[in-house]
Amino acid sequence: MTTDDTPTSGSHRTDTYVFDGQTSRRGYRMNKLFMSLRDAPARERFLADEAAYCDEFGLTAAQKQAVVERDWQAMLDLGGSIFYVYKLAMMDGKSMQYLGGVFTGMTEEEFVAALRAGGRTDV
Amino acid sequence: MSEVIWGMATSHVPSIGAAMDRGKTQDPFWKPLFDGYQPAREWMAQHTPDTAIVVYNDHANGVDLDIVPTFAIGTAERYQVADEGFGRRPVPDVIGNPELSLHLLKSLVDDGFDLTVFQELDVDHGLTVPLSIYCPDPGDAWPCKVVPVLVNVIQYPQPTAARCYALGQAVGRAIATFPSDEKIAVFGTGGMSHQLAGARAGYINPTFDKMFLEAIQTDPESLAALTREDLIRQAGSEGIELIMWLIMRGALNPTIERIHETYHVPASNTAAALALFDNRVSR
Repeated sequence: MTTDDTPTSGSHRTDTYVFDGQTSRRGYRMNKLFMSLRDAPARERFLADEAAYCDEFGLTAAQKQAVVERDWQAMLDLGGSIFYVYKLAMMDGKSMQYLGGVFTGMTEEEFVAALRAGGRTDV
Repeated sequence: MSEVIWGMATSHVPSIGAAMDRGKTQDPFWKPLFDGYQPAREWMAQHTPDTAIVVYNDHANGVDLDIVPTFAIGTAERYQVADEGFGRRPVPDVIGNPELSLHLLKSLVDDGFDLTVFQELDVDHGLTVPLSIYCPDPGDAWPCKVVPVLVNVIQYPQPTAARCYALGQAVGRAIATFPSDEKIAVFGTGGMSHQLAGARAGYINPTFDKMFLEAIQTDPESLAALTREDLIRQAGSEGIELIMWLIMRGALNPTIERIHETYHVPASNTAAALALFDNRVSR
């Protein structure tokens, strides 16, 4: 497993993210955006112009692209905390099991089935 | 003087609350979990505390990343139930116990634990799901007052397991000197093994969980010796929440009696457990 301080981005798939201080600094503005989506008026403004909303929060170009394209893996690699990223997923009607599938290369159904079979005990 | 009458360790998975809120507890998927709670609920209903100290973590609802207190305590008279994105849970607001909160705060600070103070706090599923596990049908009001104790388990460095255990012991000492005749329950919430993100998402470790469930009663010192890396490796990146069980355990007597336990995989992405301990056996 990976527990170093700088989770890698790009094609490498990180086994385990450790949301440390550097990661939190990197993802701070993006996580603030996700937190804001708890409020319905904010969700409406976000959906009306996602790129502009990202600019308002000061996201980097890469973070903005990840958010607009719903690249969940990239959001983590760019400093997203799973609890914050999940706010965006909820807004889209996506479950934590859907995200689990994305992170593990499974469909949501396969991921749910793995959990219901006792979880992924061999990873 | 006040005393801790029991301690409960329990997962606080949001879907457990959602299953109750939507009347799904008898669905085939959820029934085993809720059946597992039943003996504990019956015992707790016969042994009601005046106040519950609920040790939990917020999940980007009442607290954001602007300020990340390692340990914090609520001192409010009332805590609103948070809207986590799609409306608040249909459960009552939480009534606080400011006198006990302020007594705990002073005692803990004097004991070397410098807690952050929340005078205002919306409480999320981390606190309300354990309350629902204790009391599934609160009606208009929860059956006890609540003191929230918050722990940073989301952003590294989380407090060590040893520090959590020591904090719990200090909470126990503080309760013993509270000049009021209150019966107190302590909830340690979160866990068990789970990991939400990364290629290892969906990780569950029943061997570790069973060990932890046993040792929380009989050998908490061994659990307090686990490092953050041990916990992340063996319980998953979110399984580190289990350090909060050690605060509950520390507040209890060295000898406690296990009333009930249950373990179920999965609740959402998590191994869910409950362990209930009577604290009034060693006098």
